[in-house]
Amino acid sequence: MSVLTRWFTPLEGGRREATPASVPAVRKGDALDVADLPSYGFGTRSLMWWGTAGMMAIEGMGFALMIGVCFYLRSLNAVWPSGGDPPDLLWGTVNVVLAVLTGIPNAIIDRAANEQDLHRVRVWLVTFAVLTLCLLPVRWMEFTALNVRGDASAYGSCVWVLLGLHTFNLITNVADTLVVSAVTFKKTVDGKRFVDVAENAGYWWFIIATWIPIYVVIYLVPRM
Amino acid sequence: MSTGAGTHMGAPLHRGDARRRQKKSLHRAAERHAMILDGAGWDSVAAHALERTWQDEPGVLGFLRTNDHKRLGRRFVATAFLFFVAAGILAAVMRAQLAVPDNHVVGPDLYDQLFTMHGTTMMFIFAVPVMQGMALYLVPLMVGTRNTAFPRMSACAYWLYLLGSITLYGGFALNAGADAGWFAYVPLAGPQYGVGKRSDIWNNLINFTEAMGLMVAVDITTVILKMRAPGMSLRRMPLFVWASLVTSVMIIFAMPAVMLAANLVQFDRTFGTHFFNPAEGGDALLWQHLFWFFGHPEVYFIFIPALGFVSTIIPTFARRPMFGHDAVVLSLIATGFLAFGLWVHHMFATNLPELGKSFFTAMSFMIAIPTAVQIFCWIATLWAGRLNLRVPLLFVLGFFFIFMIGGLSGIMVGSVPFDLQVHDTYFVVAHLHYVLLGGAVFPLFAALYYWFPKMTGRMLGERLGRWQFWLFFIGFNVAFFPMHVLGLEGMPRRMYTYGAETGWGPLNLLASVGAAIIAVSVLVFVINVVRTRRGGEPASADPWGASTLEWATGSPPPPYNFVALPVVTSREPLWAPRPPGTPTHVSGLSAEDREGLVTTVLDAAPDVRYSYPEPTIWPFIAAWGVLVWLLWSSLSTAGMFWGLIPPAIAFIGWYWPSKEETDRQLVLQRRP
Amino acid sequence: MIEALHDVRIPGGIQAQAVYHLWLILLAVCTVVFVGVMAALALALRRAPRAGHDTPPAVEWLERSEPAIARAVRIGVALSTVLLLGLLGASVYTSWALARLPLANALHIELTAHQWWWEARYDDPEPSRLFVGANELHIPVGRPVLLTLRASDVIHSFWVPSLVGKKDLIPGRDATVMFRADRSGVYRGQCAEFCGYQHAKMALFVIADEPQSWQRWADRQRAPAPAPRTTQEARGRELFERGTCAMCHAVDGTLAGGRQAPDLTHVASRMTLAAGALPNDAAARAAWIVDPQAFKPGAHMPATALSPQDAGAIAAFLESLQ
Repeated sequence: MSVLTRWFTPLEGGRREATPASVPAVRKGDALDVADLPSYGFGTRSLMWWGTAGMMAIEGMGFALMIGVCFYLRSLNAVWPSGGDPPDLLWGTVNVVLAVLTGIPNAIIDRAANEQDLHRVRVWLVTFAVLTLCLLPVRWMEFTALNVRGDASAYGSCVWVLLGLHTFNLITNVADTLVVSAVTFKKTVDGKRFVDVAENAGYWWFIIATWIPIYVVIYLVPRM
Repeated sequence: MSTGAGTHMGAPLHRGDARRRQKKSLHRAAERHAMILDGAGWDSVAAHALERTWQDEPGVLGFLRTNDHKRLGRRFVATAFLFFVAAGILAAVMRAQLAVPDNHVVGPDLYDQLFTMHGTTMMFIFAVPVMQGMALYLVPLMVGTRNTAFPRMSACAYWLYLLGSITLYGGFALNAGADAGWFAYVPLAGPQYGVGKRSDIWNNLINFTEAMGLMVAVDITTVILKMRAPGMSLRRMPLFVWASLVTSVMIIFAMPAVMLAANLVQFDRTFGTHFFNPAEGGDALLWQHLFWFFGHPEVYFIFIPALGFVSTIIPTFARRPMFGHDAVVLSLIATGFLAFGLWVHHMFATNLPELGKSFFTAMSFMIAIPTAVQIFCWIATLWAGRLNLRVPLLFVLGFFFIFMIGGLSGIMVGSVPFDLQVHDTYFVVAHLHYVLLGGAVFPLFAALYYWFPKMTGRMLGERLGRWQFWLFFIGFNVAFFPMHVLGLEGMPRRMYTYGAETGWGPLNLLASVGAAIIAVSVLVFVINVVRTRRGGEPASADPWGASTLEWATGSPPPPYNFVALPVVTSREPLWAPRPPGTPTHVSGLSAEDREGLVTTVLDAAPDVRYSYPEPTIWPFIAAWGVLVWLLWSSLSTAGMFWGLIPPAIAFIGWYWPSKEETDRQLVLQRRP
Repeated sequence: MIEALHDVRIPGGIQAQAVYHLWLILLAVCTVVFVGVMAALALALRRAPRAGHDTPPAVEWLERSEPAIARAVRIGVALSTVLLLGLLGASVYTSWALARLPLANALHIELTAHQWWWEARYDDPEPSRLFVGANELHIPVGRPVLLTLRASDVIHSFWVPSLVGKKDLIPGRDATVMFRADRSGVYRGQCAEFCGYQHAKMALFVIADEPQSWQRWADRQRAPAPAPRTTQEARGRELFERGTCAMCHAVDGTLAGGRQAPDLTHVASRMTLAAGALPNDAAARAAWIVDPQAFKPGAHMPATALSPQDAGAIAAFLESLQ
């Protein structure tokens, strides 16, 4: 949980917002000297955090709107799902459980990155990459078990596009993870890479967090 | 000084390695101490080092690789202006067709493409990009930093913008111009009635322009929140920076709606989905909800930066700080929020429940209140100031007149029963041009006259500026005021011709004459720009006696913006005297690397040093990669997946740190 | 061509009248506000002394407050808010008044919009008294009219400025609009939502007759087409039934029963042809039949190769369909 608190309350621990933990700027005559400030920081001290937050806002808004589209169309249709069974629960449930479980290595990676422990970061990133790659074939199986064609009805279109948008997001994030991991295996690694790893881990929390409502909308709502 | 020697930075495999690493880090520490740091004056060793570090390489490669926010900002503005002229030419043809009844200048097919291309260009390709371009140029200077936070992203945004816009016009040149209106309602733009590739190209354009908008918005938001000069707390931030912040945050939440909608229509058209097909459970109105949820905030993306221009120019030419600065800030924020609650006022003629519609009338009226606050504060500032009546202020006065009319006609159309009479008529055409041209383009010209000296080092001609202003002001009112009457006389929008018996002829002719006058005024502006570039009056660093930080550096600014980043102690940094004993500037950033400063959000206390990314060709390649992906997707389903490979390669190349870059970082490195 | 009323400021019925009153209120208030703000601006410009770019800026206002100006601004904002609330009240009141049109004995018409013509079905509690028209509505003065609005293809909008505000016709969604003509006369309406190539030529005339005249008109409309009186008319009818015309058009009392295009049973009784694109005289009819694309390019009616005699025969037949 300390990892989550680190993400959501950057004012704690060694990553305080208002007063940097390291050497502050020093008066030197007319000037405010910043030569001794750190060259990178974690959490909200890093610009990548803000860029990532922007991405989350954009993609979160996209998902929220798509879910809104599904509910809107559902409100106009007396029968939902229209003509057929709701998607099979098996693969979808397996995948969402797996996704939540990837939170464990993700938390370890997040902590290791914040502590700048290169060895642990490397080991767990490889583990994590393998695990997240497993999510993809399961996602393929989900598509085969939706019990409706995307072009059959508005309901089918909603299911396919919602799952499709999430899949696109998932694929790009798995690719991001692979690239970020690969960089940590270079001969020389500078400290900023730890920030990148931490941000990637933060983004993975977003992937998990958005996975759950999408699972609910696709698999559970048609059964209500 | 420890730089993390031998602990976690690549765990040593054996002791010999550890000793080697310790030697390396000490060497790096020595390198750092020997480095030239900033903090000295304009003519110093530091300034020359900064020049070498920040100057783009010359020629085509430098042009393609640059991530200098000033070059990118100017590029956005120049490109947007070219498209403004293109869309204006399209409008001129439309006005020629409508000047007399039963005219034969163009037929219905071409006319439909003309008004669609005109609206699409003005809204997506001119208005939002030009405002973002101005923000990209001005914000880092105004907040006292060297570049934006994600300069490569903004560079890529420019190329995406250019490629997408060229694709749209390419389609137009090949008789596949979008023709369903800039708002592309379904079913007309859908699979059944949107014949050919026209709507596909339009949907494609949306992906490009909105991706651009979002990328620049994230960049601007981050630089505003995290890279302000030390001492520039939120309360000391200039009003244009506030306007840019509000606009950028709005963009982040609104643009996804139109991207989603356009892609859903594409899926209907390409894959046979049924989002908008009522026969299979879809809804034609879904498009309108999604589009206008974006569409109403969109006009505020255009209008709020213009408010920022006005709030910057008035204090400078009234020789005093803005009256009610805090009220203006709160009004900008309130406008940003309220803008999201108005969208149904574009849908009053549909069969939505009447009670709901009245709610949106109330919201539409409510947004007038923060606008009124700003108007009163501006008038108060002018009232209690001493006026320097130069061309920028002249355009601002024109803005007052024209925007007031537009805003008031907006109140009129905000009322459901009245709107049901004038919706989709020339009354609305009049209203929207009064608010967009009056509320955004007049302030934009004011801003161009105001900041042209900063951007180019030369002053635009005053006389030609006055000529342009009066031609534009008169031409505009002659063109668009009669349209209010035409709407009341029953003339709907988007008609390629009309019969003489309707009686609409004379006012249409008058409007066309006005349009011609507007065209002349734009020509005067172009002449002014060309003459000034060739040999206009050189500008000093601060020709207007202004108070914001961009005037504290050269005209044009050097590539690194400031030799030493300023320390700010007041809301009007160049006007207010500095309290004794406060630092004046920042020192200690490397002049041999692209270093800047990250500060805290609320108080802008120095926090972390930041290395700006170097210029690179990858953003340019990535934009082409995205174009390949989207075009390939439109031709085949496999393209949706395989087409991802080119942009993926480009993005990896973009991100991948080279050995040289890593080594350089290690020299500068200091762990938190 | 046709003298018709189509001005928001000249209402011919109670709904348009209510909106016209609202317009007057909006115009009055907005004009007063505009003049007031412009006057304040002009006064400010006049009274403020002039300065140059090097005039020292008045930075004392960063610290000192300006209570008089602050009060004036607050009053301005308060006044604006009060006026806006007043306008909101007027707007909501007008909406409420529009919804309260008494609908006793309403004439019920189903209006379906097509690219680029209007189909009107006059309902009647007695099904055998139903009849169909196109591109024109005839209504009795003083009697409320309830329109059910449907679209067959894309979104259109029904709008008759002097009678009532507009309502969109959206595929998959039924809408209704109610109004009443209180003065007899001809009112011009037009499709007000961009619907494709010939959106510009999709007019709809509404003719309000005295109740007895309207009854007589309705009775004539219910009658099927008369038998041809001349050989030319008979030849024309035969060509109509056997040729491509009958594939899309219907004429009650003949073999032609197509439903894709306007019903022509009483076409000669209409004021215009092709939804207002042409006057409804013999020459126009003949020219239209042969090449509709010359008058309404993009319309769904194709050109038909006909000899001048055949074209004349069909035109004569159509002339007989009063």
